Amino acid sequence: MSAFRNPFDYRVRLDRHGCSCGRHASQADHDHAEALEARELQDRAVEGAVMRALFPQDAMRRGFLKAVGAGTAMAALSTLFPMGLAKEAFAAGSGALEKTKLKVGFIPITCATPIIMAHPLGFYSKYGLDVEVVKTAGWAVIRDKALAKEYDAAHMLSPMPLAISIGAGSNPIPWTMPAVENINGQAITLSIKHKDKRDPKDWKGFKFAVPFDYSMHNYLLRYYLAEHGLDPDRDVQIRAVPPPEMVANLRADNIDGFLAPDPVNQRAVYDGVGFIHLLSKEIWDGHPCCAFSASKEFVAQNPNTYAALLKSILDATAYARKQENRKEIAAAIAPANYLNQPVTVVEQVLTGTYADGLGGVKKDPNRIDFDPFPYDSFAVWILTQMKRWGQIKGDVDYAKVAKEVFLATDAAKLMKELGMPAADPAKPIVVMGKPFDPKQPAAYVDSFAIKRS
Amino acid sequence: MKASRPWLAPLLSAIFLALFVGIWFLATQKGIAEVTVDPEYAALVGQAAATGTKSAMPTPGEVGAKVWSHLRDPFYDRGTNDKGIGTQLLYSIGRVLLGFGLAALVAIPLGFLIGMSPLVYKALDPFIQVLKPVSPLAWMPLALYTIKDSDISAIFVIFVCSLWPMLVNTAFGVASVRRDWLNVARTLEVSRLRTAFQVILPAAAPTIMTGMRISIGIAWLVIVAAEMLVGGTGIGYFVWNEWNNLSIANIICAILFIGLIGMLLDTLLARLARAVTYRE
Repeated sequence: MSAFRNPFDYRVRLDRHGCSCGRHASQADHDHAEALEARELQDRAVEGAVMRALFPQDAMRRGFLKAVGAGTAMAALSTLFPMGLAKEAFAAGSGALEKTKLKVGFIPITCATPIIMAHPLGFYSKYGLDVEVVKTAGWAVIRDKALAKEYDAAHMLSPMPLAISIGAGSNPIPWTMPAVENINGQAITLSIKHKDKRDPKDWKGFKFAVPFDYSMHNYLLRYYLAEHGLDPDRDVQIRAVPPPEMVANLRADNIDGFLAPDPVNQRAVYDGVGFIHLLSKEIWDGHPCCAFSASKEFVAQNPNTYAALLKSILDATAYARKQENRKEIAAAIAPANYLNQPVTVVEQVLTGTYADGLGGVKKDPNRIDFDPFPYDSFAVWILTQMKRWGQIKGDVDYAKVAKEVFLATDAAKLMKELGMPAADPAKPIVVMGKPFDPKQPAAYVDSFAIKRS
Repeated sequence: MKASRPWLAPLLSAIFLALFVGIWFLATQKGIAEVTVDPEYAALVGQAAATGTKSAMPTPGEVGAKVWSHLRDPFYDRGTNDKGIGTQLLYSIGRVLLGFGLAALVAIPLGFLIGMSPLVYKALDPFIQVLKPVSPLAWMPLALYTIKDSDISAIFVIFVCSLWPMLVNTAFGVASVRRDWLNVARTLEVSRLRTAFQVILPAAAPTIMTGMRISIGIAWLVIVAAEMLVGGTGIGYFVWNEWNNLSIANIICAILFIGLIGMLLDTLLARLARAVTYRE
């Protein structure tokens, strides 16, 4: 399991190809196989312990096994005793799950894909959790329900845990964000009547919608407008509108466009009321968007449940990342119980082969992607924009807030356990061609011509 | 209208309905528009976008089919967020009855007290006048934030909104019981409690029932808005969820069912009101 090679093992090959035993293509494969083997042994041990507990007398146990056969005995035992759960609990190491019935809130958008799909595709139950995923009416409601402990964990916009923790807009409550739900996956959609106004300089006086004040959507739209010389607070109007209402408002000519999560953009195209001006990945390729979040209290009080929940989310995220699974996922999350959208709309978002609303079919497999690692640098960037637009005042200890809220260490540990590739700590952030240095946040804020602070 | 022709009014209603549906049908005729874009693109967008027609309004036939599909299986359960329309309506009715019942428990005794004592009436009047016109939705965020339970918040909002009409009507009914009757009771030396139950209550009952009818109407109005905000279950959530899907046909179905249930609730209370009226 260890990523480091055992220095006392004389069988370790000196060249970098192959593994220490020579039967695997690489050391990583070897470790993975070894982990599986260890797990197998562990499972046998659990079965043995249960068997011995049920039939303490050797003679009796042997009699029973002889009479029905080991396979039948095991099957019979499993119906009486939650064997899978016991194995899982044992494998989790530090003991049983504190809580198995959980409620997780989500907003019906494709950003929530890992949280939602983990339900129909069985990732939660794999880790012994019985999770109810509850569709919620809006970001403010999801925040209130999470604060009220009605939800154990929730789908949030990645700036929200930061805002809650530092108390922007309400009292500070320590909140955590152990995983990013999705990267990219948003777009600027304009009303079809503006199809000839592709230059942002023509957008003066436009009314835009974003889903929430503390959202990547808000920051990315403001950034984009400001880079084109428009002051987002003076030259245009930006209002917070819940995603589902955006298409209806666009149809009613109440707004000119929006930077919104999918499937709202694709739905506007599907209904013939808007076109996709640009994908958010064209502003910042690989930007985080939505997040999986929980209160610090929940994390502290239920460490095992939290680990199991996070593992199922990480697993689901890895599954969603694979292009070949995207169609299956689209079909699983499109029904009324989850997104309540036509399958073709969800599929276009997830596969990246989509109608742009102007008569063309575009292909961009990375239109939405799933990479769970919560880089501190993401948090710092978000905080710089909060500062830039006056959402937070005074001095900000960017690095400290980022470290406390974004639980990068936990994610890294569990990702390693699950055999996922490690994150790159020096991941570069480039927004519209301008590189961002997370070590110099204050200088970054000062470098913008249009700002509120 | 002459009483000898009882079929005339229903006939007229039927004609109005037919006219309405007819106009609706003609207005939503899409015609067989030509698909103007290439087939690969057309497969990715909806009918409206592919043919260049922007109307999202469903035809009467589409809505009829939707209503039928809801009626055929009203109580299905396909997970937390997808339940039949019958189940959703039951959730809403349950919340309304609970909130309304609690409001009645508070409003009627309090109204009695206010109606019987001019002093209390004057003291409480400013509060009632200020709180009465507050929109139910203004209470919602406050309730969510303080009660910290969305279900109880919804019930609380129903409670608060159905309180005032009942309170005001009860107080008014009690205060305007004819002096003569009270004086007769006093000359006969009837105890205060007996006066309250045997003279004032029957006399004020019709006014109290009117208040209750107004209240249940308001409660039923409010529940849709409250559930749209909170989400989870109920007919308001259903409307919100179908709005998510921009399914106008389903929203029209919901409106139809909401109207029918509202009528049913009102009719029930009207029956009750008729049972307590008296002839002078």
